[in-house]
Amino acid sequence: MRRVKTKLTSKWATAAAIIIAVVWSVPTFGLFVTSFRPAAKQVGPRSDGWWNAFIDWDFTFKNYVDVLTPAGSQSANLSQYFVNSIAIVIPVTIFVLVLASMAAYVFAWGKFKGRDALFIFVFALQIIPLQMALIPLLQFFTQTLQLPAGSYAQLWIAHTMFGLPLGIFLLHNFISEIPGEVIEAARVDGAGHSTIFWRIILPLSVPALASLAIFQFLWVWNDLLVALVFSGGTADVAPITQRLAEISGTRGARDYLNPAAAFVSIIVPLLVFFGLQRYFVRGLLSGGLKG
Amino acid sequence: MEFIGEKLLQVVIALAIFAAVIGLIMLLVDRAPKSVKDKVTVAGFLAPAAILMLVGLVYPAVRTSMLAFTDAGGNVNGFDNFAWMFTQPEALTTLRNTVIWTVLVPLLSTGFGLAYAVFIDKARGERVLKSLVFMPMAISFVGAGIIWKLVYDYRGPNIEQTGVINFFRDALGMDPKQFLLDAPENTFFLIIVMVWIQTGFAMVILSAAIKGVPVELIEAARLDGANAWQQFRNVTIPGIRGALVVVLTTITIATLKVFDIVRTMTAGNYDTSVVANEMYTQAFRAGEPGRGAALALVLFLMVLPIVVYNARVLRKQREIH
Repeated sequence: MRRVKTKLTSKWATAAAIIIAVVWSVPTFGLFVTSFRPAAKQVGPRSDGWWNAFIDWDFTFKNYVDVLTPAGSQSANLSQYFVNSIAIVIPVTIFVLVLASMAAYVFAWGKFKGRDALFIFVFALQIIPLQMALIPLLQFFTQTLQLPAGSYAQLWIAHTMFGLPLGIFLLHNFISEIPGEVIEAARVDGAGHSTIFWRIILPLSVPALASLAIFQFLWVWNDLLVALVFSGGTADVAPITQRLAEISGTRGARDYLNPAAAFVSIIVPLLVFFGLQRYFVRGLLSGGLKG
Repeated sequence: MEFIGEKLLQVVIALAIFAAVIGLIMLLVDRAPKSVKDKVTVAGFLAPAAILMLVGLVYPAVRTSMLAFTDAGGNVNGFDNFAWMFTQPEALTTLRNTVIWTVLVPLLSTGFGLAYAVFIDKARGERVLKSLVFMPMAISFVGAGIIWKLVYDYRGPNIEQTGVINFFRDALGMDPKQFLLDAPENTFFLIIVMVWIQTGFAMVILSAAIKGVPVELIEAARLDGANAWQQFRNVTIPGIRGALVVVLTTITIATLKVFDIVRTMTAGNYDTSVVANEMYTQAFRAGEPGRGAALALVLFLMVLPIVVYNARVLRKQREIH
């Protein structure tokens, strides 16, 4: 069997793959271990590297308790921000899915002049860096619309706006592949556009909707920039990433809480990722990815 | 925990309003007279998304472009902001860093991603091995910043090191290093974080592409006496060219816009700023919206050729269909 030898996956390749896998996972694992170490082991004179945890075998849940429960003005108070993140991400995901699929349906099956040109224009909107949109949009929200500062509304609307171009693009790719006969048959039976959309298009597009939902969820959950500009930074509205950036940005006596806080914020995306990896990959393969 | 109820209420109200608007549109579409039904459908289905994108992207882009030619007081100052950007040392550092980022991140991520995809192709435990490298994609840049701060952690010499890398330096008898403070190499240590995140993306796309290369082609090359490297070079690479282009362009765009990593790890200090971060600093911290807008415009011009290229490929695909 000389065949095996001619493959690129030789001993060296295996070794290289294992090295990459280890280098890629160690940082996250280190954070995970650190988040369970007592404060004195993390900062101060008696502190040492997280790998020593396996020698002293000294673990605690105190960091997590401290980070999640409100205790004094210095408190990280993460549970409030955690709820904010959920309150921001769920409506945005629903808004983007519904609006993008409506637009994608028209782009795929509607007949009007300039349809293709308009579709390419929408695709090209991804060109606009978020940074470029922030200042005028903030002025528009506060001065023209008079939206109250410190409410979710600004974040919901901003995230929805930024999510639409790619959402429309991804869903269009899928919806335009639905066989025309299916839609034609429904039309012959007397179904209107709204019936076709809700009863036929959406149910058939579930795989694409699922992958877009995961992406949208991850982007919004992991976003910092939009939050910094539109949230006002209070515990009433600001998402968990913003709080995390705040507490990790300031050096102080509570530094030992950073790893636990970081882990609280990444546990949700990690669960989503591992639970729905299949759809995640499929979404990646069906089109580009927002930057 | 009373705050949850109040927050939940806001969410429910928002969803109710949204449902009402969508319901109204559907009603209008259904009740429209037959003669204009198709037109009303197009308008009704497209209008919400179109209005949001016009207000949220098109209008701000135009406004920012105009703002780029004004000073802090809102007066037109011609090309002064651009002159600032291309003459001031700190602004030039920002531009230089952005160029380094946009060259290194796509190349390294794609390189590692491709190598890994090839190495583990058809290996045992391929799925698990893939998830390990892919996982950082799900982690926020802020979270990644904290993870890597821990990796780069620095303690003075002769003290127990808490960062993995300094631990190894110590073990090898080298002095511990302040990875994030020492310019100019600190930019490279920030770039590693972005590569760590993007490699998984490159790996997944390229792995799928590699599996799409016909086995017969590789087999034929092997029978012609090509060794493993030649098979890879002459058969696999041409077979995945399309995927390589997608990966490189996508990562390039993401890198141009990179903000959070720099923001959370150094806040752009110690000569590590990039355009996207400097834009935020100028516009929202330094009270110079004109300069911020000018930087955003430059960013836009850098992304422009890549998206135009992608749009042209897309148009070709649509013509074929």
